[in-house]
Amino acid sequence: MNTIAPNDIKNPTNIAWLILVIATGVGWWFGHAGHNSPDYAQLASAGVIITAFIKVWVVGFQFMELRHAPRWLRHAFDAWLILVCGILVTICLR
Amino acid sequence: MNHTSTNHQSSDAAAMLPADTTSNTKIPGELGIWLFVAGDLIVFAVFFVVITLGHTTQNEIFVQSRASLDLWIGVINTLLLLTGSWFVALGVENCRRNPKGNFSRFFTLGILSGVGFVANKGFEWGSKISAGINPTTNDFYMYFFMFTGIHLLHVLIGIGILLMLRGVSKKPELSARNIRTLESGATFWHLVDFLWIVLFALFYLL
Repeated sequence: MNTIAPNDIKNPTNIAWLILVIATGVGWWFGHAGHNSPDYAQLASAGVIITAFIKVWVVGFQFMELRHAPRWLRHAFDAWLILVCGILVTICLR
Repeated sequence: MNHTSTNHQSSDAAAMLPADTTSNTKIPGELGIWLFVAGDLIVFAVFFVVITLGHTTQNEIFVQSRASLDLWIGVINTLLLLTGSWFVALGVENCRRNPKGNFSRFFTLGILSGVGFVANKGFEWGSKISAGINPTTNDFYMYFFMFTGIHLLHVLIGIGILLMLRGVSKKPELSARNIRTLESGATFWHLVDFLWIVLFALFYLL
Protein backbone atom coordinates (compact mmCIF):
# COMPACT_ATOMS: atom_id res chain seq x y z
CA MET A 1 0.00 0.00 0.00
CA ASN A 2 1.27 3.47 -0.86
CA THR A 3 1.70 6.02 1.89
CA ILE A 4 0.11 9.40 1.26
CA ALA A 5 3.02 11.81 1.56
CA PRO A 6 2.63 15.55 2.23
CA ASN A 7 4.38 16.31 -1.06
CA ASP A 8 1.90 14.35 -3.22
CA ILE A 9 0.36 17.30 -5.05
CA LYS A 10 -2.48 15.18 -6.43
CA ASN A 11 -3.77 14.13 -3.03
CA PRO A 12 -7.01 15.98 -2.11
CA THR A 13 -5.94 16.48 1.52
CA ASN A 14 -2.71 18.13 0.39
CA ILE A 15 -4.63 20.30 -2.11
CA ALA A 16 -7.02 21.32 0.69
CA TRP A 17 -4.07 22.47 2.86
CA LEU A 18 -2.71 24.53 -0.04
CA ILE A 19 -6.13 26.14 -0.62
CA LEU A 20 -6.36 26.96 3.11
CA VAL A 21 -2.94 28.63 3.15
CA ILE A 22 -3.75 30.67 0.02
CA ALA A 23 -7.15 31.63 1.48
CA THR A 24 -5.38 32.84 4.63
CA GLY A 25 -3.46 35.25 2.39
CA VAL A 26 -6.70 36.34 0.68
CA GLY A 27 -8.34 37.00 4.07
CA TRP A 28 -5.31 39.02 5.17
CA TRP A 29 -5.54 41.06 1.91
CA PHE A 30 -9.21 41.87 2.56
CA GLY A 31 -8.37 43.01 6.09
CA HIS A 32 -5.46 45.11 4.85
CA ALA A 33 -7.61 46.68 2.11
CA GLY A 34 -10.32 47.56 4.63
CA HIS A 35 -7.85 49.25 6.96
CA ASN A 36 -6.31 51.30 4.14
CA SER A 37 -9.59 52.28 2.42
CA PRO A 38 -12.16 53.27 5.07
CA ASP A 39 -14.77 53.82 2.33
CA TYR A 40 -14.67 50.11 1.57
CA ALA A 41 -14.22 48.91 5.15
CA GLN A 42 -17.66 47.26 5.31
CA LEU A 43 -17.16 45.39 2.04
CA ALA A 44 -13.68 44.34 3.13
CA SER A 45 -15.13 43.05 6.43
CA ALA A 46 -17.65 40.98 4.45
CA GLY A 47 -14.73 39.65 2.37
CA VAL A 48 -12.82 38.67 5.53
CA ILE A 49 -15.82 36.81 6.93
CA ILE A 50 -16.77 35.03 3.70
CA THR A 51 -13.13 33.95 3.15
CA ALA A 52 -13.00 32.57 6.71
CA PHE A 53 -16.17 30.54 6.20
CA ILE A 54 -14.93 29.19 2.87
CA LYS A 55 -11.88 27.95 4.80
CA VAL A 56 -14.18 26.42 7.42
CA TRP A 57 -16.07 24.61 4.66
CA VAL A 58 -12.83 23.19 3.22
CA VAL A 59 -11.76 21.96 6.69
CA GLY A 60 -15.17 20.33 7.21
CA PHE A 61 -15.52 18.84 3.76
CA GLN A 62 -11.99 17.48 3.34
CA PHE A 63 -10.24 17.20 6.73
CA MET A 64 -13.35 16.22 8.74
CA GLU A 65 -14.33 13.91 5.87
CA LEU A 66 -17.85 15.28 5.55
CA ARG A 67 -17.63 14.49 1.85
CA HIS A 68 -18.08 10.84 2.82
CA ALA A 69 -20.79 11.60 5.40
CA PRO A 70 -24.54 11.07 5.03
CA ARG A 71 -26.42 13.94 3.42
CA TRP A 72 -28.17 14.98 6.62
CA LEU A 73 -24.85 15.58 8.35
CA ARG A 74 -23.33 17.44 5.39
CA HIS A 75 -26.42 19.57 5.01
CA ALA A 76 -26.59 20.34 8.73
CA PHE A 77 -22.98 21.53 8.63
CA ASP A 78 -23.60 23.60 5.48
CA ALA A 79 -26.75 25.10 7.04
CA TRP A 80 -24.82 26.17 10.17
CA LEU A 81 -22.09 27.65 8.02
CA ILE A 82 -24.42 29.62 5.71
CA LEU A 83 -26.59 30.82 8.60
CA VAL A 84 -23.73 32.05 10.80
CA CYS A 85 -21.78 33.54 7.87
CA GLY A 86 -24.97 35.28 6.67
CA ILE A 87 -25.67 36.75 10.12
CA LEU A 88 -22.10 38.05 10.53
CA VAL A 89 -22.01 39.58 7.03
CA THR A 90 -25.41 41.21 7.61
CA ILE A 91 -24.19 42.73 10.88
CA CYS A 92 -21.12 44.13 9.11
CA LEU A 93 -23.03 45.57 6.15
CA ARG A 94 -26.01 47.11 7.92
CA MET B 1 -15.26 6.79 -9.10
CA ASN B 2 -15.88 4.86 -5.95
CA HIS B 3 -16.03 6.95 -2.77
CA THR B 4 -17.27 4.34 -0.37
CA SER B 5 -16.28 4.40 3.27
CA THR B 6 -13.81 1.60 2.76
CA ASN B 7 -12.20 3.29 -0.16
CA HIS B 8 -11.40 6.80 1.01
CA GLN B 9 -7.98 6.54 -0.48
CA SER B 10 -8.87 7.70 -3.99
CA SER B 11 -5.83 9.78 -4.66
CA ASP B 12 -6.86 11.75 -7.70
CA ALA B 13 -7.32 15.48 -7.31
CA ALA B 14 -10.90 15.35 -8.59
CA ALA B 15 -11.84 13.33 -5.53
CA MET B 16 -11.79 16.49 -3.45
CA LEU B 17 -14.59 18.13 -5.36
CA PRO B 18 -17.64 15.86 -5.53
CA ALA B 19 -19.39 14.78 -2.38
CA ASP B 20 -20.21 11.12 -1.87
CA THR B 21 -23.71 10.67 -3.24
CA THR B 22 -23.79 6.89 -3.02
CA SER B 23 -25.68 5.01 -0.34
CA ASN B 24 -22.35 3.88 1.14
CA THR B 25 -21.81 7.04 3.16
CA LYS B 26 -20.88 6.87 6.83
CA ILE B 27 -20.44 9.23 9.73
CA PRO B 28 -16.70 9.90 10.22
CA GLY B 29 -15.88 8.58 13.71
CA GLU B 30 -18.57 8.12 16.35
CA LEU B 31 -21.94 9.87 16.39
CA GLY B 32 -21.13 11.15 19.90
CA ILE B 33 -18.28 13.36 18.68
CA TRP B 34 -20.61 14.97 16.15
CA LEU B 35 -23.13 15.73 18.90
CA PHE B 36 -20.32 17.45 20.78
CA VAL B 37 -19.31 19.32 17.61
CA ALA B 38 -22.93 20.46 17.14
CA GLY B 39 -23.08 21.81 20.70
CA ASP B 40 -19.77 23.63 20.29
CA LEU B 41 -20.88 25.12 16.98
CA ILE B 42 -23.98 26.59 18.60
CA VAL B 43 -21.98 28.08 21.49
CA PHE B 44 -19.26 29.52 19.25
CA ALA B 45 -21.86 30.91 16.82
CA VAL B 46 -23.07 33.07 19.72
CA PHE B 47 -19.45 34.13 20.45
CA PHE B 48 -18.94 35.09 16.79
CA VAL B 49 -22.11 37.19 16.75
CA VAL B 50 -21.14 38.94 20.01
CA ILE B 51 -17.69 39.85 18.64
CA THR B 52 -19.11 41.13 15.33
CA LEU B 53 -21.77 43.18 17.12
CA GLY B 54 -19.03 44.70 19.28
CA HIS B 55 -17.09 45.54 16.10
CA THR B 56 -20.01 47.51 14.68
CA THR B 57 -21.38 49.13 17.86
CA GLN B 58 -17.98 50.10 19.35
CA ASN B 59 -16.12 50.42 16.09
CA GLU B 60 -13.54 52.99 17.21
CA ILE B 61 -12.51 51.04 20.33
CA PHE B 62 -12.38 47.78 18.38
CA VAL B 63 -10.32 49.25 15.53
CA GLN B 64 -7.83 50.84 17.95
CA SER B 65 -7.53 47.72 20.09
CA ARG B 66 -7.18 45.48 17.05
CA ALA B 67 -4.32 47.68 15.81
CA SER B 68 -2.44 46.88 19.03
CA LEU B 69 -2.54 43.13 18.30
CA ASP B 70 0.42 41.57 16.51
CA LEU B 71 -1.09 40.30 13.25
CA TRP B 72 1.86 37.99 12.62
CA ILE B 73 1.23 36.07 15.83
CA GLY B 74 -2.31 35.43 14.58
CA VAL B 75 -1.08 34.45 11.11
CA ILE B 76 1.56 32.06 12.50
CA ASN B 77 -1.01 30.48 14.84
CA THR B 78 -3.42 30.04 11.93
CA LEU B 79 -0.75 28.35 9.81
CA LEU B 80 0.25 26.14 12.77
CA LEU B 81 -3.31 24.87 13.26
CA LEU B 82 -3.99 24.45 9.53
CA THR B 83 -0.78 22.46 9.20
CA GLY B 84 -1.52 20.44 12.34
CA SER B 85 -4.94 19.55 10.96
CA TRP B 86 -3.38 18.59 7.65
CA PHE B 87 -0.91 16.20 9.31
CA VAL B 88 -3.64 14.61 11.42
CA ALA B 89 -5.89 14.16 8.36
CA LEU B 90 -2.99 12.50 6.52
CA GLY B 91 -2.33 10.30 9.57
CA VAL B 92 -5.93 9.07 9.66
CA GLU B 93 -6.02 8.49 5.88
CA ASN B 94 -2.77 6.53 5.99
CA CYS B 95 -3.85 4.42 8.98
CA ARG B 96 -7.11 3.52 7.20
CA ARG B 97 -5.26 2.74 3.98
CA ASN B 98 -2.63 0.59 5.67
CA PRO B 99 -3.71 -0.57 9.17
CA LYS B 100 -0.42 -2.43 9.65
CA GLY B 101 1.79 0.60 8.99
CA ASN B 102 3.14 2.92 11.65
CA PHE B 103 1.99 6.47 10.95
CA SER B 104 2.40 7.89 14.45
CA ARG B 105 4.75 10.55 13.04
CA PHE B 106 1.78 12.38 11.53
CA PHE B 107 0.14 12.65 14.97
CA THR B 108 3.46 13.72 16.50
CA LEU B 109 3.64 16.56 13.96
CA GLY B 110 0.04 17.50 14.82
CA ILE B 111 0.97 17.61 18.53
CA LEU B 112 3.99 19.81 17.79
CA SER B 113 1.78 22.22 15.84
CA GLY B 114 -0.56 22.42 18.81
CA VAL B 115 2.30 22.99 21.26
CA GLY B 116 3.63 25.73 18.97
CA PHE B 117 0.19 27.37 19.03
CA VAL B 118 0.05 27.28 22.84
CA ALA B 119 3.57 28.72 23.16
CA ASN B 120 2.79 31.51 20.68
CA LYS B 121 -0.49 32.30 22.43
CA GLY B 122 1.27 32.34 25.80
CA PHE B 123 3.85 34.79 24.40
CA GLU B 124 1.06 37.00 22.99
CA TRP B 125 -0.95 37.04 26.22
CA GLY B 126 2.20 37.58 28.30
CA SER B 127 3.28 40.60 26.23
CA LYS B 128 -0.22 42.11 26.45
CA ILE B 129 -0.50 41.61 30.20
CA SER B 130 3.00 43.01 30.81
CA ALA B 131 1.95 46.07 28.76
CA GLY B 132 -0.95 46.59 31.17
CA ILE B 133 -3.61 45.22 28.80
CA ASN B 134 -6.03 42.73 30.37
CA PRO B 135 -9.71 41.68 30.12
CA THR B 136 -10.82 44.79 32.03
CA THR B 137 -9.18 47.18 29.54
CA ASN B 138 -12.24 47.37 27.25
CA ASP B 139 -14.87 45.13 25.63
CA PHE B 140 -12.56 44.15 22.76
CA TYR B 141 -9.94 42.79 25.14
CA MET B 142 -12.59 41.22 27.37
CA TYR B 143 -13.87 39.24 24.36
CA PHE B 144 -10.33 38.60 23.15
CA PHE B 145 -9.09 37.04 26.40
CA MET B 146 -12.37 35.23 27.11
CA PHE B 147 -13.02 33.66 23.71
CA THR B 148 -9.42 32.91 22.76
CA GLY B 149 -9.04 31.52 26.30
CA ILE B 150 -11.96 29.12 25.78
CA HIS B 151 -10.44 28.19 22.43
CA LEU B 152 -7.03 27.66 24.07
CA LEU B 153 -8.69 25.20 26.45
CA HIS B 154 -9.91 23.32 23.35
CA VAL B 155 -6.35 23.28 21.98
CA LEU B 156 -5.00 21.83 25.24
CA ILE B 157 -7.70 19.12 25.28
CA GLY B 158 -6.96 18.50 21.58
CA ILE B 159 -3.26 17.98 22.30
CA GLY B 160 -4.21 15.42 24.96
CA ILE B 161 -6.46 13.63 22.46
CA LEU B 162 -3.70 13.65 19.83
CA LEU B 163 -1.32 12.05 22.35
CA MET B 164 -3.90 9.30 22.79
CA LEU B 165 -4.33 8.93 19.00
CA ARG B 166 -0.57 8.71 18.61
CA GLY B 167 -0.59 5.76 21.01
CA VAL B 168 -3.44 4.07 19.11
CA SER B 169 -1.67 4.59 15.77
CA LYS B 170 1.37 2.68 17.07
CA LYS B 171 -0.56 -0.59 17.41
CA PRO B 172 0.84 -3.33 15.16
CA GLU B 173 -2.52 -3.73 13.41
CA LEU B 174 -5.42 -1.32 13.69
CA SER B 175 -8.94 -2.68 14.04
CA ALA B 176 -12.07 -1.00 12.63
CA ARG B 177 -12.75 0.28 16.14
CA ASN B 178 -9.24 1.79 16.33
CA ILE B 179 -9.86 3.57 13.04
CA ARG B 180 -13.14 5.00 14.37
CA THR B 181 -11.26 6.23 17.45
CA LEU B 182 -8.73 7.96 15.21
CA GLU B 183 -11.53 9.54 13.14
CA SER B 184 -13.37 10.79 16.24
CA GLY B 185 -10.25 12.31 17.82
CA ALA B 186 -9.23 13.88 14.52
CA THR B 187 -12.72 15.39 14.15
CA PHE B 188 -12.24 17.20 17.47
CA TRP B 189 -8.82 18.48 16.38
CA HIS B 190 -10.25 19.81 13.09
CA LEU B 191 -13.03 21.52 15.08
CA VAL B 192 -10.32 23.32 17.07
CA ASP B 193 -8.75 24.38 13.77
CA PHE B 194 -11.85 25.81 12.16
CA LEU B 195 -13.06 27.63 15.29
CA TRP B 196 -9.69 29.41 15.27
CA ILE B 197 -10.08 30.29 11.56
CA VAL B 198 -13.17 32.37 12.42
CA LEU B 199 -11.73 33.81 15.66
CA PHE B 200 -8.60 34.88 13.76
CA ALA B 201 -10.72 36.64 11.11
CA LEU B 202 -12.89 38.44 13.69
CA PHE B 203 -10.14 39.50 16.10
CA TYR B 204 -7.22 40.22 13.79
CA LEU B 205 -8.55 40.98 10.30
CA LEU B 206 -11.91 42.81 10.47
